[in-house]
Amino acid sequence: MTLWLWLLLSCVLAYAWKLMGYLVPASLLQNPRMSRVAGTMTIGLLASLTVVNTLASGQSLALDARLGALGAAAVALVFRAPFLVVVLAGAGAAAGLRLLGWN
Amino acid sequence: MKLTQSPAVRVGLSISIATGLYGISFGALSVTSGLDFWQTMALSLLLFSGGSQFAFIGVVAGGGSGIAAMGAATLLGMRNGIYGMQLNALLQPRGWRRFAAAHVTIDESTATSTGQTDPAEQRRGFWTAGIGVFVLWNLFTAVGALAGSALGDPKQWGLDGAAVAAFLGLLWPRLKGREPVAIAVVCALATVLAVPLVPAGVPILVAALVAAVAGWFSHGRSDEGLEPDVDPYADQHHGSGASTRPGEPL
Repeated sequence: MTLWLWLLLSCVLAYAWKLMGYLVPASLLQNPRMSRVAGTMTIGLLASLTVVNTLASGQSLALDARLGALGAAAVALVFRAPFLVVVLAGAGAAAGLRLLGWN
Repeated sequence: MKLTQSPAVRVGLSISIATGLYGISFGALSVTSGLDFWQTMALSLLLFSGGSQFAFIGVVAGGGSGIAAMGAATLLGMRNGIYGMQLNALLQPRGWRRFAAAHVTIDESTATSTGQTDPAEQRRGFWTAGIGVFVLWNLFTAVGALAGSALGDPKQWGLDGAAVAAFLGLLWPRLKGREPVAIAVVCALATVLAVPLVPAGVPILVAALVAAVAGWFSHGRSDEGLEPDVDPYADQHHGSGASTRPGEPL
């Protein structure tokens, strides 16, 4: 039940960010520094989420089949594959490596 | 002008299909992360921002708390505030339209709109991509959630690998140039160092802080990292013919 609470609160806050852009006078937020922070934060969070999902296993680090998924996804992205293909490449690599015995 | 002749509408529709389809992967990953069908649908209907939704379920899947998931999703949604400012200046929606516009302010609708030069086209592009992505994203989230819960053991299908690939796929288009790559590397390292030291979910917030400090003190482009996940004008870049050029009035 508490997950619902945080989930709905996330939805409210996400909408609040969006609406703030429309309601705050443009001059106040047309600060290049704010735009840059929004941009670098997006990059930092996505990089961090990639690493956590690849290496973290609870509070420890693990090298497992997910590393293969990361590699396969990177190869797909280099070849400009569409997003869905990238995701399938990651899943396929992880599933395949597990079949081969590397979990 | 007929809507079907509008280049912005055509771009908006194709971006809706391309983006909407990967709602399947969100839906499937969400239910295998431990959220139920309705929680998954609530994220797509109410939060409606791909990166933030993936962040929320990514933290939950990693064993993080609800509050850490909320933190990551909220920080990742910050860029939508910047988009809102740009779009408010561009489209100046009034009344209830402003509240509706805010909800469909995402990477794709912003990019489709700002890629046009004619004000009417900017407006058509924004609403077509915004509403189109919303409808298809939710439809395919439901399909993915139903399929995902029917799959059984998510590890057997490599769904944790799919999550890794999804995050790399969201990050990739933003890594244009030296500075964004440097920020990504530093934040990745900060995460690796933080994982054994702090509770699950918190390393992501540590990385966000590092990135915010880097952004505050750097002198890079002000729109660094605000690229959409899918480039709405990718086809036109190597396409031919004046009629397909963005912003070309018909």
